[in-house]
Amino acid sequence: MTTSTSLVYLIALPLLGATVLLLAGRRSDKWGHLLATAMSASSFAVGLYQLSLMLDRPTEERAVSQKLFSWINVGTFNVDAGLLLDQLSICFVLLITGVGTLIHIYSISYMSHDPNRRRFFAYLNLFIAAMLLLVLGDSYLNLYVGWEGVGLASYLLIGFWNQKPAYATASKKAFVMNRVGDMGLSFAIMISFAALGTVTFDGVEEASHTASKAALTAIGIMLLVAAAGKSAQFPLQAWLGDAMAGPTPVSALIHAATMVTAGVYLIVRSNFIFDAAPTAQLLVVIVGAITLMFGALVGTAKDDIKKALAASTMSQIGYMILGAGLGPAGYAFAIMHLLTHGFFKAGMFLGAGSVMHGMNDQVDMRRYGALRKFMPITFITFGLGYLAIIGVPPFAGFYSKDLIIETAFNAGGLKGIILGSTTLIGAAITAFYMTRVMVLTFTSKERWEDNQHPHESPVLMWLPMAILAIGSVTSGILFTRGDALANWLNPVFGEHGEGHAQEHLFEPIVVSAMALTAVAIGVAIALAKYQFSKVDAVAPQNVSIFTRVARKDLMQDSFNEAVFMRPGQALTGLLVKADESVVDGAVRGVGRTALGTGAVLRQTQTGFARSYAALILIGAIALIAGIWVVTQ
Amino acid sequence: MNPYNYLYLSALLFTIGAIGVVVRRNAIVVFMCIELMLNAANLTLVTFSRINGTLDGQVVAFFTMVVAACEVVVGLAIIVAIYRSRRSASVDDASLLKR
Repeated sequence: MTTSTSLVYLIALPLLGATVLLLAGRRSDKWGHLLATAMSASSFAVGLYQLSLMLDRPTEERAVSQKLFSWINVGTFNVDAGLLLDQLSICFVLLITGVGTLIHIYSISYMSHDPNRRRFFAYLNLFIAAMLLLVLGDSYLNLYVGWEGVGLASYLLIGFWNQKPAYATASKKAFVMNRVGDMGLSFAIMISFAALGTVTFDGVEEASHTASKAALTAIGIMLLVAAAGKSAQFPLQAWLGDAMAGPTPVSALIHAATMVTAGVYLIVRSNFIFDAAPTAQLLVVIVGAITLMFGALVGTAKDDIKKALAASTMSQIGYMILGAGLGPAGYAFAIMHLLTHGFFKAGMFLGAGSVMHGMNDQVDMRRYGALRKFMPITFITFGLGYLAIIGVPPFAGFYSKDLIIETAFNAGGLKGIILGSTTLIGAAITAFYMTRVMVLTFTSKERWEDNQHPHESPVLMWLPMAILAIGSVTSGILFTRGDALANWLNPVFGEHGEGHAQEHLFEPIVVSAMALTAVAIGVAIALAKYQFSKVDAVAPQNVSIFTRVARKDLMQDSFNEAVFMRPGQALTGLLVKADESVVDGAVRGVGRTALGTGAVLRQTQTGFARSYAALILIGAIALIAGIWVVTQ
Repeated sequence: MNPYNYLYLSALLFTIGAIGVVVRRNAIVVFMCIELMLNAANLTLVTFSRINGTLDGQVVAFFTMVVAACEVVVGLAIIVAIYRSRRSASVDDASLLKR
């Protein structure tokens, strides 16, 4: 494999930015945001340079690696801190640094009134560095370092305004739920080392040809747990909605475009494991299908614009996970949806931030309405993202989602029909709730509070939105023209990456027609319900049980509370009691015994010399008597 | 003369000394009783030395006498000091360490 010495700059530049900003402290308040943006942009430039180098090389030599240093060297276990840039990583590198730079620019304006803006940018740079390490690591252990790094950055940024206790709790919730997933990843690494003897991607791929199916299935399931935690997939999805407590650019970058897609990256990167472990692969599909419906249903009931978008993110990542679980046929489409989703969802989150900026940080969509007239640029960019996500041709989401729906139908047999119908219904619900967001925010009647004066955001904010909107419009066409992205990614998926032409259940054109029909139905219902009938400014309370359940995130928190939190608390209480009575009891018992014995024996210490003498005498006599008895 | 009679005598002297230590209060008398016990032991050592026909016991008796002499010097000094400060030579009065 070609080696390179410049990969490390991708990570080092933003890491340097974060270090300088965190160490320099308040001294860097004036120029901190500029430095951070420059670091992110230069990392993007290095990424583009790497892409140009990659394009110059023939297909089979495109992947490059760089060994940084020998990290762990114990007996037969050797791990190098090494970087690997191949066709899959470069997609992520450009997405992370590109969208990341745009969001840095946006944040300069969005956070301009925040006294801690410098710290915010330091965390953003830290996130970029950690996320790049995640996608560039050449072994599961290196990936794990980045994986924890993005978790930390996510925690710090969700709780950025931790003076509000609810926000601090949200960041803690995200961190704790992510730990469950991280545990899965660490188990996967341990099993991989125990069963295969290596943790590098190359090594595991080679070993996966001969390894036992049980070990591969175990690794696959643990990787799925990890992916579910990081990507907010069922059953570890509960943290994403609360993560919206963070500043909106964070939601756009971390909780929509990049970090939450790390699970998809992990599964696609581990394609060799899942291809050899059908059970694990089936579980991936099931998790994806459940989550895409789950997120879509939650999205229909949310009045908080960011939480509605978060539910949508969850649902869209469900599509990606489902695509990745469909095996070689779906990997490229999962990545394609990930990239297009990175554009349109980041753009929509920035749009939501722009709306909040103009509406005094109001997030309740029932308090919006008719903002089209006041925020034309936000309306247009958000609208383009909207058209992309619901899948209207020729916008990006149409291509990527359509391909996943088509692949799902072609999965074969009953499985194909179930998965295909799920994705199709999901598309209809997506169209419904996104239209709802669009209508409630931009087109329906004004429902503001009296003191609100909506206005368009400054250029530093709408420019990134505009660029992302261009991406939402064009990326789908670019990726699918001559199967460009699929052909580009194919070498990553090894020899089994192509030639999987199964019998088609439906022709592509039929699938597209069905998907568009589903979308049209969803849009029509939403229009009838919100555009052409009166919407209450306060959420009505006398609603059906279904709406109430959906508003409560399908009872996810109640479920976690009843099944995990309360038994966990009971167990902890029990252990505390056991500790107090048994362990502490033993320790205290020793002390009490010594004290009691001392109190009894102290009685003999009278202070009278004659009684001591008498005791000595008695003792001596007893001793002699004892010796006499024994020796007789 | 039967050397065992010396042993009986020394046992008697030792017992008188021991009882004296336990029952008497006057420090001087207690002290004398201790000397009596020491000398009873010395008598035993010398007797056994005669019985066995070796000099070991007599040598040890000399050591005992040296130690006893030192002890008398120190002990009497303590008793005199206590008597001066407390106007009493009763061993029962000197129980201050208890508190």
